[in-house]
Amino acid sequence: MDSLQQRSSTVQEPPGAALAYRPTPPPAWQPRTDPAPLLPDAEPLRVLGTDAVADADPELLRRLYAELVRGRRYNAQATALTKQGRLAVYPSTTGQEACEVAAALALEERDWLFPSYRDTLAAVARGLDPVQALTLLRGDWHTGYDPHEHRIAPLCTPLATQLPHAVGLAHAARLKGDDVVALAMVGDGGTSEGDFHEALNFAAVWQAPVVFFVQNNGFAISVPLAKQTAAPSLAHKAVGYGMPGRLVDGNDAVAVHQVLTEAVTRARRGGGPTLVEAITYRIDAHTNADDATRYRGDSEVETWRAHDPILLLERELTERGLLDEDGRREAAEAAETMAAALRERMNADPVLDPMDLFAHVYAEKTAQLREQAEQLRAELDAESEAG
Amino acid sequence: MTTHTTARPAAKAAAKPATMAQALQRAMRDAMAEDPTVHVLGEDVGTLGGVFRVTDGLAKEFGEDRCTDTPLAEAGILGTAVGMAMYGLRPVVEMQFDAFAYPAFEQLISHVSRMRNRTRGAMPMPIVVRVPYGGGIGGVEHHSDSSEAYYMATPGLHVVTPATVEDAYGLLRAAIASDDPVIFLEPKRLYWSKSDWSPEAPAAVEPIGKAVVRRRGTSATLITYGPSVPVCMEAAEAARAEGWDLEVVDLRSLVPFDDETVSASVKRTGRAVVVHESTGFGGPGGEIAARVTERCFHHLEAPVLRVAGFDIPYPPPMLERHHLPGVDRVLDAVARLQWEAGS
Repeated sequence: MDSLQQRSSTVQEPPGAALAYRPTPPPAWQPRTDPAPLLPDAEPLRVLGTDAVADADPELLRRLYAELVRGRRYNAQATALTKQGRLAVYPSTTGQEACEVAAALALEERDWLFPSYRDTLAAVARGLDPVQALTLLRGDWHTGYDPHEHRIAPLCTPLATQLPHAVGLAHAARLKGDDVVALAMVGDGGTSEGDFHEALNFAAVWQAPVVFFVQNNGFAISVPLAKQTAAPSLAHKAVGYGMPGRLVDGNDAVAVHQVLTEAVTRARRGGGPTLVEAITYRIDAHTNADDATRYRGDSEVETWRAHDPILLLERELTERGLLDEDGRREAAEAAETMAAALRERMNADPVLDPMDLFAHVYAEKTAQLREQAEQLRAELDAESEAG
Repeated sequence: MTTHTTARPAAKAAAKPATMAQALQRAMRDAMAEDPTVHVLGEDVGTLGGVFRVTDGLAKEFGEDRCTDTPLAEAGILGTAVGMAMYGLRPVVEMQFDAFAYPAFEQLISHVSRMRNRTRGAMPMPIVVRVPYGGGIGGVEHHSDSSEAYYMATPGLHVVTPATVEDAYGLLRAAIASDDPVIFLEPKRLYWSKSDWSPEAPAAVEPIGKAVVRRRGTSATLITYGPSVPVCMEAAEAARAEGWDLEVVDLRSLVPFDDETVSASVKRTGRAVVVHESTGFGGPGGEIAARVTERCFHHLEAPVLRVAGFDIPYPPPMLERHHLPGVDRVLDAVARLQWEAGS
């Protein structure tokens, strides 16, 4: 220790004394943007149970309520269809309906929605035929609808890979002079994927009119958020890209709708992208094939049941005199009618044409595909002859 | 698809040698001038004009919105191109080097190749992915891969590779015009190969999916593409001294595969060698040899042989000449075509 100190003292010289050459100081470093306005608030935004509800349009509140009730029934019906073998799989959003519904209602007709495989309900709330929305999960085709019709991209099964699509579409729309916004949905697990990073980075650099909407439901199948990220929150990630991050209570339909609408409006006016994280919870298992009891306890689920999005809104509306017994029954009946129609239509076997296998691989079939189509045609003919 | 020609207004007959890089650049410029939905994007394609200068001048001429320097992220480049295509644009994406395209594979395989199919034709993907590929330029690791077999194995993609200056123009024009995604493999060691093709004169758009016979012959067919085409042409000249009159078929398109031209040639000559740089095991040659055998078995005088790169990771530049199939290795294979049953 002594010798070290000695040695260092021998090389120490008075500042500047023996320097014949003075290096030019580098340019002073400046942060590119003040990170403070980009940071999310410490607490997720809540509107229900606060005075802020008074500012909300009663018509919107009633509509949100009806959609939540319908959404809950849709989740239950679709889950029942998996038990009857009518759906191969259904990733439920029970408990997350506020996020799904608000995402759909925050968009204008000309905007685009980029759902993940779990976001069937958002697509339905946007107006898509429930049966068309379930085609992927039933297994009769990979996408049951024309994405241009409702401006809903195909439900995306790989994680986060639809986020760059949303950026590209929003960017292209802006280049064409259209004030179109893309809203891209992803789960907490999806934020770990490389495409999440690349999409956010592209969007911020291009100032593309995109809203990234993370539904943090606590688990990526079985892996809890603590094992997914070390970030203070997923919304904090926004700061690193140079876009605002917003935290919202994902079970507060009014708050989610408000935050998403603000982000969409900001994007539409040329303000660039926003990352919104909604804190919510998946009440059901990942899918019908998952056993959630292996990774979480009943008490945790019960805590979240008490913070149910429908309960929260129903209580608020009732207190404010916007909802009575008749209104509740009306919403429940409308949901039941939807479920009955869905059940009936899903009980019919879909009519499939095997020749479709070759119809859309390329704009024009290659010679090889023409040969293979002929082979299948012959096999089908032989089958039908054999009865 | 029919072959047609386009003329630039200021066309002059003065023919001066043009390079493949210039032909590719003109193809993009002509396409961008004719169609405002054509956008070029990638790392360094704007101000720098690409590390091979293939996009030189496009940003200046068409603006940064049409020829865009992107962040350095291949999945992001291709992923945003998917969204642009969804909104009606025709993105032409540059992947700077063959091995740099790998991060974009998920976008390519999970989305670009199957979006049309997934949406029953509602969402075509008119995207061109330009990939400078192959070795022979002394590139360090990750700069010389021949990745065509990966692309060929993915339904929904077209895989195209020119070998001449003329084809570089004609095939890239067709690729940009295609409503389906095209992996456009540019043999980087041919970027500076020249031709009397004039950058000003009218130029043909070549249909995708048609092979051409580069050299007529009677003794055997060399089936090849991209950077191996000049090797085979040289081998065919050299083989004359041995009494072999070789036919050379340049595939130009690996997907769709032109069985007709290839089979017709092999039926005429009775012998075939497939030549490419990519590894032999699991490589394109195995598929091609199988197709030829299935179609021409009774015409074959010898097994279909393959001359390919060794089954090794692409070697360091100081050893690459030992790996790349050269004229001698092609001629050795041709000699082995004097095959006798039971030998």
